[in-house]
Formats: sequence, structure tokens, C-alpha cells
Amino acid sequence: MFEINPGLIIWTMITFGVLVLVLGRFAWKPILKALNEREEKIRSAIEQADKARAEAAHLLKQNEKNMARAEAEYQKMMREARAMAEKMREDIVTKARLQAEQELKRANEEIQRNLEAAKQQLRSEVADLAVKAAEKILDETLDAQKHKKIVDGFLNQLPKN
Amino acid sequence: MTGTEKMVVDTTKVLTDTVAVVSHSGGGHGEKFEFSHLLDHVKDSREVEIPFGHFELPHFKPLHIGGLIIDLSPTKHVFFLVLSAAILVLLALYAARRYKKDIVPTGTANAFESLVLFIRDEVAIPNMGRGGTRYVPYLLTTFFFILIMNLIGLVPFGVTATGNIAVTAGLAIIAFFMIQISAIRAQGLAHYLAHLTGGVHWLLWPIMVPIEVLGLFTKPFALCIRLFANMTGGHIVILSLIGLIFLFRSFVVAPVSVLFALGINMLEIFVAFLQAYVFTMLTSLFMGLGMQAGHEEQAHTESH
Repeated sequence: MFEINPGLIIWTMITFGVLVLVLGRFAWKPILKALNEREEKIRSAIEQADKARAEAAHLLKQNEKNMARAEAEYQKMMREARAMAEKMREDIVTKARLQAEQELKRANEEIQRNLEAAKQQLRSEVADLAVKAAEKILDETLDAQKHKKIVDGFLNQLPKN
Repeated sequence: MTGTEKMVVDTTKVLTDTVAVVSHSGGGHGEKFEFSHLLDHVKDSREVEIPFGHFELPHFKPLHIGGLIIDLSPTKHVFFLVLSAAILVLLALYAARRYKKDIVPTGTANAFESLVLFIRDEVAIPNMGRGGTRYVPYLLTTFFFILIMNLIGLVPFGVTATGNIAVTAGLAIIAFFMIQISAIRAQGLAHYLAHLTGGVHWLLWPIMVPIEVLGLFTKPFALCIRLFANMTGGHIVILSLIGLIFLFRSFVVAPVSVLFALGINMLEIFVAFLQAYVFTMLTSLFMGLGMQAGHEEQAHTESH
């Protein structure tokens, strides 16, 4: 059992040598290469994921900042719009009031003018009527010119209005 | 019981005596059961057992080199050595082919990969550092070759080639060369030789150098003996337990023997992996120690 067969030692070494050559070339090399590649792939995938996460966080932060800015801008715009609307309302109201006042004034003047004209007309008609009435009453025809003079003189003696 | 008679071979005196006494008191028939024939199973021979018989291996004329007689004709252990190598090649090529399709392994490739990764990440790199990755193919071959030789002996009709001291010696010789080559490669020849002086005064060199040179050989020698003894030991225990049945010639012993043999067999599966690991781990450790120049104290402490 303890005798050593040198032939077997040589066989062992030959077999082992062939095994190292064959496996080294056709098994260990591709397997180890695949393992290294996969490790590299996993490492890079993790790195990429980390980078992507950092980028996402950065984007989120930026987004929040943008949102805040947009909100502020919106508020400002709203304020401005409201102020402008208020101003416009006031302008319109003022203008309307002014216009109304002008209309009113013009209408008053018109009325005044009409009243004046009416008074004038009334005055002349009253004169004519008085003359005609006097003619009828006196039943005599006077010189219209003369009478008119008399009446005018009379009328002028009347107090104005 | 002519079968047992036929199997009687040369015996160890003590064993024969013990067996004779036991068998006499047990059976009283005077038929001898010899423990020594159990050893035939772990011995090398020219015939390979197969189911329902055996076949003879061809025999060549031994070569005479100097005074040395080298018989290169194949034996049972050579047969199983080559068979293990063939199984390993098939398995490894099958696993390697799997990676061509996809880098995600499944099935056989996955099982194979876990061991490959273990050898690379837990054995080679911790012991030899990053520079040791170039020796990973050698370590992988050592590990898987020893593992398959160990395991094949647990299969019925299988023979453990690593249970032969010549096979383990062959592996240890290769390990010896790998340890020296890796050390010379890492330190340079001058450093390597300087290391053999142990860094002592030159007057002490005649004492130191032989010790150091001896130290180079003890490590692989320990590897050789350890693997051989572990693989042979388990087999002999199993054979002895089964042998008890024939020794006592009683069916009552059978369940106990079988149960114990089963337990040892399961232990053997573990030992098959463990010894393959130990051989590989220690080889890489010795290589790593040789590769670290300047760590002289460490190089002298050998851990088993």
C-alpha cells in the first residue's frame, strides 16, 4: 500500500499537465473572463444607477426651485393684474362720471336754451295775440305799425319776466 | 465460504491474529476472514472492476532509465485518474460553453461557478493578493481534479485515485514546482536564493541552507501525505465496518454496520470537498508566502 509506483507519478503529472492546458485554454479562460465581465457590468450598472439617482435628485431640487419661482411669479402677476384691473375700473368709472356730468351739463344748457327760445316765442305770440285781441275788441283797424309800436311800448313798460 | 478463502492474501500478523481470535469465538467454524483483503480495494492493480466482472489493462515493458525501473503501463488508478480528468473536461467545457450564450449562469454552470468564484475570491486572492490571479487556472485545475478523483471513489465500482500515494506525490511535485516558480517570478532569482540563507551570518549558512532547502520539500510532502491518508483512511473505515458483517457472519450486525458505514460515507463526501479545498488552499498559501518578499518570519510558519 505504501509502495510508490513511479509510473503512476508520471501519469499523474502528464494528466494534470494536459488538464491544465486544456482547461486553461477552453474552460477557465472563458469562465473567468465572463465572470470579470459580469462583475464589471454590475459595477458599472451600480455606478450608473448612483449617477442617475444623483441626477434625479438634482433635477427634483431644480424642479422644486422652478416651481417656487413660478409660484412667486404667478403671485406677482396676479397682484399686478388685480391692481391694473382696479385702476382700469376706477378709470372707467371716473370717465363715465365725467361724461355723465358733461351730458348733464349739456342737457341743462339745451334746456336753458330751449326755455329761452320758448320764452322769446311766447313773448312774440303773446304780443300778436294781444294785438289781434285788441283789434277784435276795438273792431277797428288801426295802422298795424302804429299799434304795434303802442303795444311794444306797453310791453317794454312791463317789468321783464 | 470459498469466496473468503480465495480472497486470502498476504497478511499483517497482528490483524490476522485478532481476526482469527474474533472469528473463532464468533462463528467457531474455523473459517478465516482476513482484514488484509480489504486493503486490496484501496491497492492499485492491473484490473478495473465493472458491474458483473472486471477487465484487464494492457501491460507494457517497463522502461529502464539508469537504475530506475519505470513501469508506465496503465493501472486501475491510472484508469480512474484519466477518467476523472475526462469527466472534469466535459463538465468544465459544458459550463464554459454556457457563458457564450448568456453571462447569467444557470444549472451546472451556476454550481460550477460558485466553486470557481470560491477558489478565486476566497483562496487565491486572500493568500496571494491581486498578483495571484494568474495562478487561478492552476489552482482551479488542482481543486476540481482532486475533488472529482475524491468523489468518484464514493460511487460504486469507483476507485479513489487520490488514495494512492503516487498520485498525491505527482500532484505535490507539481505544487512544489508551482510554489518555487511563483516565488522566483515574484522576487527574482537573487532574492529567492538569498531567502534560502535565512538572512543569517554567512558562517551559519552551512546549517541554515540545508534547513531551508528541506523546508521547501516538507510543505509539498505534507500535502502529499495529508491527501493520501485522508482519502485512504475513510475507505478503510467503511470497508472495516462492512467487513464486520462477514467477520461475525450474522445479519444482526448488518444494520449497525450499514448505518455506521452510511454515516462515514456522508462524512467522506464532506472530506472529499474538504481535502480538495485544503490541498488547494495550502498550495496557494505557500505560493503566497513565497511571493511576499521580505516577510521571512511568516514564511517559516506553516499552518495545517
